[in-house]
Amino acid sequence: MAASVNAGMPAGSRARLRKRALRGATYAALVILGTAFTLPFFWLLSTSFKPADRIQHWPPDIIPMRQVTTNIDGEIRRVYSVKRPAGARAVPAVTIIKRLPGNRAVVYPAGRGFTVRPATVNADDLEPVVKPGITWSNYTRGLVFIPFFRQLRNTLIISVVSVLGTLISCSLVAYGLSRIEWRGRNTLFLVLLSVMMLPYQVVMAPLFAVFVKLGWVDTFLPLTVPTFFGNVFFIFLLRQFFMTIPRDLSEAAKLDGCSEFDIYRRVILPLAKPALAMVGLWTFMGAWNDFLGPLIYLVDEANYTLSLGLAMFLGQYGSEYGMLMAVSTVVTIPIIVLFFFTQRTFIQGITLTGIKG
Amino acid sequence: MFCSPAILGLLAFTLYPALASLYYSFCNYPMLKPPVWVGTANYRTLFHDPVFYKSLSNTAYYAVFATPLGMIVAFLLALLLNQKVKGLAVFRTMFFVPSIVPMVAGSVLWLWLLNPQYGLINTLLRSVGFPEPGWMADPAWAKPALIVMSAWGIGGWMLVYLAGLQDVPRDLYEAAEIDGANLLQRARHITIPFMSPHLFFTLVMGFIGAAQYFTQAYVMTNGMGGPVDSTKFFSLYLFQNAFQYWKMGYACAMAWILFIVILLFTLLLFKTSARYVYYGGER
Repeated sequence: MAASVNAGMPAGSRARLRKRALRGATYAALVILGTAFTLPFFWLLSTSFKPADRIQHWPPDIIPMRQVTTNIDGEIRRVYSVKRPAGARAVPAVTIIKRLPGNRAVVYPAGRGFTVRPATVNADDLEPVVKPGITWSNYTRGLVFIPFFRQLRNTLIISVVSVLGTLISCSLVAYGLSRIEWRGRNTLFLVLLSVMMLPYQVVMAPLFAVFVKLGWVDTFLPLTVPTFFGNVFFIFLLRQFFMTIPRDLSEAAKLDGCSEFDIYRRVILPLAKPALAMVGLWTFMGAWNDFLGPLIYLVDEANYTLSLGLAMFLGQYGSEYGMLMAVSTVVTIPIIVLFFFTQRTFIQGITLTGIKG
Repeated sequence: MFCSPAILGLLAFTLYPALASLYYSFCNYPMLKPPVWVGTANYRTLFHDPVFYKSLSNTAYYAVFATPLGMIVAFLLALLLNQKVKGLAVFRTMFFVPSIVPMVAGSVLWLWLLNPQYGLINTLLRSVGFPEPGWMADPAWAKPALIVMSAWGIGGWMLVYLAGLQDVPRDLYEAAEIDGANLLQRARHITIPFMSPHLFFTLVMGFIGAAQYFTQAYVMTNGMGGPVDSTKFFSLYLFQNAFQYWKMGYACAMAWILFIVILLFTLLLFKTSARYVYYGGER
């Protein structure tokens, strides 16, 4: 098997070798690209656990580091080392006692054994002594800075109500469009389909005017009430799914004395669970991620959703990267957890709409 | 009766606002005062508004680079994952998860990654001695920064392609291999034609999405579209007109132009698609 590549080699074995090289290249590419796609997450987490003074440090810490501290006479002090020209005697770790004008500092040995006397050094020669360690303060401060739990509650309310509204209205309409014959059905379906092309920007301003007149601005109503009136895309998806359910089932139920609503509730909905799960999941994600809607309609910080709260936080404190990463992490984690629990629904949904869309 | 929510919804949330929007686009409508008919003034002003043209060209730039880049990256990932690799689920998750990160959180993260001084990307470039772009701080690099970021969230398209690749008949590859077709020839004559409906679908979706590109640009520039209007995309400028300058009529005129552009573009793509999209035995 270990023969070198030469012209006399049987064709099959050469092809095998090439195949193996191709496989190796595939894995190499996957690992490189996988790293590139994962690195931003790693950096998000890593930054969120760094103290402010290490975030903008060069060279950057790959894993979170924090400065070593020492307890001297009941006082917590940061530990530094003193840079010395190469070859000079190593200096023990020190703490700063006093800063002097002219960028000088009085330092004192940090360890035990008070044999070395206080010395005055150039402050630029002091280098923090660090060790790996997690700093939680970005989370504790960041989650208070924006009223996080309040905004989480708002986001959850809007998302859950939107899911309910979308599921109820879209399944009803899809049922009417697929399982009942009536005049004008196909016309309505075509009108709905053509509406799919209309960008939100077209209806944005007049809708806003309507909601201002209703006095709904700065409430959740403009974000939730429309979901009870159907979403064309999801109606279309559910209709396609309902069409695949055999008609005989409806006929049999009708013979047993079921009304249309009974059939909808007892026959069709239970069979359509996978499709409904997909619609619910996507609606939830959409509401959780929505930015434009809350940006237009929510005014008071106490009514913000998490996405809007995070964007506003960025606008005001754009350089507080530690806190920004901490808040971004907690906004992202629920979605990723949701993904891991619903992976199959998710992936099926995307491939399904990808082909049928 | 079942359809009443849709009919009501259609009337209340789409038909009425769409007609109102068309009407407002011919009005001066500062929101606080009732709309006043001004004829085609909004449209005439638009065609002399340099920022309008800037926003159009920014959007076209984004669409022309981000969509094909996303398609190439997603296709490459799908091809790699389709090689019956071990740990498929792990790699697939790695590539997919970025696409579900909430847009605002993703934008905040990338603003940090792209930080010119301390960001991870410039740190890596510096350590290998490459020049360090100013990214979102530099008008010349702000759009490329957003395009790079968009490629990170391409996992959905990758799944679409992956599903498509699994439908490509295996025996065709074997037959081609026997006929001595190499890897590139097989890709050119089997994979690409069979994948053309999926590629076409993502192309259309990509262009429609790019035409309405908003959130990332808004979040990363604090709603300004800077530096020097370099990220003032069409939808961002439209939003500014509507909700920062309260020029609702002007914004509605922009929205209708957007709709017509999207419509024409989609029609154009569909009309020409017969030439380069292969639908198996269906057509």
